[in-house]
Amino acid sequence: MKIEISKLEFTYPGGVQALRGVSLEIEPGEQVAIVGQNGAGKTTLAKHLNGLLKPTSGSIHIGDWDTREQSVSKLAQRVGYVFQNPDEQLFSKDVGTEVAFGPRNLGFSGEQVQGLVNDALMLTELSDKTDTNPYDLSPTWRKMVAIASVIAMDTEIVIFDEPTTGQDAANIARIANVIKVLRERGKTVITITHDIDFCAENFERVIAMSQGKILLDGKANDVLGEEEILATTYVDPPQLTRLGKRLGFKETVRNEKEFLAILTKQGHG
Amino acid sequence: MAIVNLQNVTYKYPLTEKPALQNIDLQMKEGEFVAVIGPNGAGKSTLCYTLAGFVPHFFKGELTGSVEVARNETSKSNLHEWVLNVGLAFQNPFNQISGAKYTVFEEIAFGLENIGVPREEMKGRVKEAMKMTGISDLADRSPYSLSGGQQQRVALTSILVMQPKVLVLDEPTSQMDPIGTREVFSVVRTMAERGMTVILAEHKMEWIANFADRVIALHEGQILVDGKPGEVLTSDVLTEKGFGISRYTSVARRARELGLWKRDTLPVTLEEAVKGFKE
Repeated sequence: MKIEISKLEFTYPGGVQALRGVSLEIEPGEQVAIVGQNGAGKTTLAKHLNGLLKPTSGSIHIGDWDTREQSVSKLAQRVGYVFQNPDEQLFSKDVGTEVAFGPRNLGFSGEQVQGLVNDALMLTELSDKTDTNPYDLSPTWRKMVAIASVIAMDTEIVIFDEPTTGQDAANIARIANVIKVLRERGKTVITITHDIDFCAENFERVIAMSQGKILLDGKANDVLGEEEILATTYVDPPQLTRLGKRLGFKETVRNEKEFLAILTKQGHG
Repeated sequence: MAIVNLQNVTYKYPLTEKPALQNIDLQMKEGEFVAVIGPNGAGKSTLCYTLAGFVPHFFKGELTGSVEVARNETSKSNLHEWVLNVGLAFQNPFNQISGAKYTVFEEIAFGLENIGVPREEMKGRVKEAMKMTGISDLADRSPYSLSGGQQQRVALTSILVMQPKVLVLDEPTSQMDPIGTREVFSVVRTMAERGMTVILAEHKMEWIANFADRVIALHEGQILVDGKPGEVLTSDVLTEKGFGISRYTSVARRARELGLWKRDTLPVTLEEAVKGFKE
């Protein structure tokens, strides 16, 4: 399902202009990371995709739907949104009920709901925690419950707002795996993140935002190599990208594999 | 003379079986900047709460051993005395913002109001603290209209303005952009140089290595390693126990296996990695 954003502007009540003309197309099945300084408009943009916010001017189309003409509950059939803070999202007495809430509301049959819930719990490694109250879980696992409850809705588009915030290495690996499986299933994934190394290792397309506008948009290696432009939106290139530059690599590298390949070539050259 | 002195501290939250902290011995010197690392559930936040007096005064539960900060003992003090010495910035700034104030300026002044600081002095201190953390331009905004990273700066500023002897920070940059993170680390470093003692729970290894004096690795409520950043952050035991490590460390470890990293020690920072790979 294609996403088309055209000349989007948004001003919050009170006068803060958060988006100043954003145009963007995202093809079905693309994996996109959005980076940029605090207050750049990343979350404001994402909240337009599921209709939580409506444009002050400009438009957003999710497939053939104009978000101005659809309710948030209707858009939930096409766009899932994992909030930055899981506590803003969870309210049920046990994990199973929480995860079933979304698909049930979308009108799936009882059998379908059970299938979607089981799949989402397995993918997020929560199968053994079905009967636990989400608030008895650590914040790490609550994050996974929030992710599962969105995955279970089986939407074509899934948005993650800062999925790795406050997570340890093991859980970041779990979240990366969820995103990988969604890619294999042909879902569109849009992730807002400050974790530039996570971005480099898991996304093919990167959009950098600054002051309500798009600064850079392209292939991850091209965008992440633009050290000076990224600095204007308070983003450092990934650690290995910086290291490669300092060592005089001609190509931009963004993960261990690319880095070691060049190093090996140089070592033997 | 240690300003923080924990001896054989074990703590259990109410209604839990397993202690969140076990046999913790920790001494910190005045002006020392100590980073605490560990996987989620290792006890980082609990250690922060213990230093800040929330354990046991707010969370109750069972505390044994002795917790002494700035020559006060936790078991003999109450929370409102304790906060004059120790300031805590919460992991989630949303939990810290009072909800009683309409502007960022008032929010930051809230703590000083409560301890009766004269109005003019209060204004000056609030302005200075806001300048230091780079949020002067947010003074008239509502704390709830801010982004996650901006809220974290407000939360940090509202603690700094109290000028505590000991500053406890629980993942204060988790929602910040990279440059914001660097600025916070640099402000905290400055405070430590002025004599404030800092304990900081964090996952961001590169910044820890660049700024902290000492690193404590917590695992399942116990101290696993305690030492200089360069030694702790590259130790093999961290990888075995599921700690996050810097990409410089992990890539150099792989390169060493391929014979492309010649040094005995592994790098944590960009500069160390650049030097090592050039050899």
